[in-house]
Amino acid sequence: MMVAESLASNNKVLKIRNLSTHYFSRRGVLKAVDRVSMDLRKQEFIGIVGESGCGKSTLAFSIMRLIQPPGKIVEGEILFNGKDLLKLKDEEMRRVRGKEIGMVFQDPMTSLDPLEKIGDQIVETIQMHEDVDKKEALEKAMKLLESVGLPGDRVNYYPHQLSGGQRQRVMIALAIALNPTLLIADEPTTALDVIVQEKIMEILEKMKREGRSIILITHDFSLAAEKSDRILIMYAGWIVEMGDSMKLVAEPLHPYTKGLIESVPDIWLARKIKTMPGFPPDLINPPPGCKFHPRCPKAKEICKREEPPLIEVNGRLVKCWLYE
Amino acid sequence: MAEKPKANVEVKNLATRIFKPIIPEAEGRNMVIAGLIIVITILLMAVLADVIAPYNPTKFAGKPLSPPSLQNPMGTDNLGRDILSRVIFGSRIVLVVVFSAAMVSMSIGVPIGLISGYFGGKLDRAISMVMDSMYAFPSLILAIAIAAVLGPSVVNAVVAISVVYVPTYFRMVRGQTLSLKSRLFVEAARAAGAGNTRIMSKYIFPNLVTTAIVVFSLSIADAILTEAGLSFLGFIVTAPTPDWGFDLSSGRPYLPSGYWWMITFPGFMVMLLALGFALIGEGLSEVYAPGRER
Repeated sequence: MMVAESLASNNKVLKIRNLSTHYFSRRGVLKAVDRVSMDLRKQEFIGIVGESGCGKSTLAFSIMRLIQPPGKIVEGEILFNGKDLLKLKDEEMRRVRGKEIGMVFQDPMTSLDPLEKIGDQIVETIQMHEDVDKKEALEKAMKLLESVGLPGDRVNYYPHQLSGGQRQRVMIALAIALNPTLLIADEPTTALDVIVQEKIMEILEKMKREGRSIILITHDFSLAAEKSDRILIMYAGWIVEMGDSMKLVAEPLHPYTKGLIESVPDIWLARKIKTMPGFPPDLINPPPGCKFHPRCPKAKEICKREEPPLIEVNGRLVKCWLYE
Repeated sequence: MAEKPKANVEVKNLATRIFKPIIPEAEGRNMVIAGLIIVITILLMAVLADVIAPYNPTKFAGKPLSPPSLQNPMGTDNLGRDILSRVIFGSRIVLVVVFSAAMVSMSIGVPIGLISGYFGGKLDRAISMVMDSMYAFPSLILAIAIAAVLGPSVVNAVVAISVVYVPTYFRMVRGQTLSLKSRLFVEAARAAGAGNTRIMSKYIFPNLVTTAIVVFSLSIADAILTEAGLSFLGFIVTAPTPDWGFDLSSGRPYLPSGYWWMITFPGFMVMLLALGFALIGEGLSEVYAPGRER
């Protein structure tokens, strides 16, 4: 397979091949993730960028196998440290979650149990996977909180006593409690202000330096460009462009990527913001050919008929007929 | 704080969770207190019946059908038994029946609702359909039907009333579970590797407790009326056992002749006890409602 060859490299933590996740609704089948292939190297920080509803969260939840009905992973492979997660039994997968892959969620205000002290929540997570007594686990919880920049005595606090940023730190502490090799952060800073966002991102970068691989899911292009080694652009369930962050920002190949970059607001107002015309397609009845063609300024005749291949251009991958 | 035994801490936490909102000023607090006073008074009355009742409730205590007087503060019935004593002793059966029935229906309805709502799918649809069809019956009619099949006895009354209120718990718990299971903290727990049993018991169930308590009080209030109805129709006790509902039916034929005291006092007690539980339930739901996130 072309994708596999072009990305060939050692120490891959995650290898996704041809993954499709569909939601089965009464109106029809919604292809939220459509034959996606990607890789993640050890200690790599990857940003997955796209509009709401492009399938980026579904991709993350598919990796964790947390897709709930009516959603279903219909095909593909998710090789994590060599084992196919999609072939694991439920109980085996349960042990992978938290222990080997940690996840941080979008809204820190509701992702902690309101009735339990945060220390107890961390202790419980630790005890789910490791046979340690409560005292030991609690000491570990305090260390974890300190590692994300919170005083250890916060173990005695209830979630409502903490601010949004503090709660997100707790969520990260929870996600790394068992030292997973992969950390997936699904819009971790969307609900937070910019200053707190920077602090959270610093923690994620620290996690990377400590040897973890990070997947950051965001709709904030500039955030992903600044923090990640590689960016993966998703559109309507497809990966439309993937490559080194610097190169991708400097010279976007896919018209959608260009549009995304032009629509990032510039604080100096040095240039005018361009908004992209049109709306993301209805994924139950997507346009034929390239799903982006109705909004594409450079659409050709072939784009309306045939799905573009994923083409390698200057070490990057782009799913567009312009480069054929 | 680390060396405290876990169980102790948890019991304390639960106690604070349940009682803390009652103590601070909150909308509905006075209702809860008023209801508690009524219920606790009647409970004490039932427990101390042997001490406080002036007469044996099943023995002759004065001229039959004599009106309220100093000797018989609530008068006597057609067999000359003291109505005050019968009212005091009569509280025992109704309390035993409604409490045990509420416990039984809660311990059936809550887990079924939790499992059904959590797993969803065909199982959930099947259970919901059964529960909804039970819920569609008026509670008294359904209780009468069950009690009629089982025959008159206290235990059978408990069974009949339990069955009737299972759907109430089921619907409440299922609905709450549906909304709780899509909450992010449940998703986060799953992402941290929690299995279904753990998510249900540690993450969803504790968040249901406050609502379950409210439903418990409200369904007891309703069950008291159902119990009185069953008893009135002779499905719970037989003469000469004192019970409010039963005494209502024995007093009913004498009402047209002007002997109002035979039914007024037991009837008033049924109403008062139901009111007490209704006040607790309504009050608690107001106390809990605004600050459930806390």
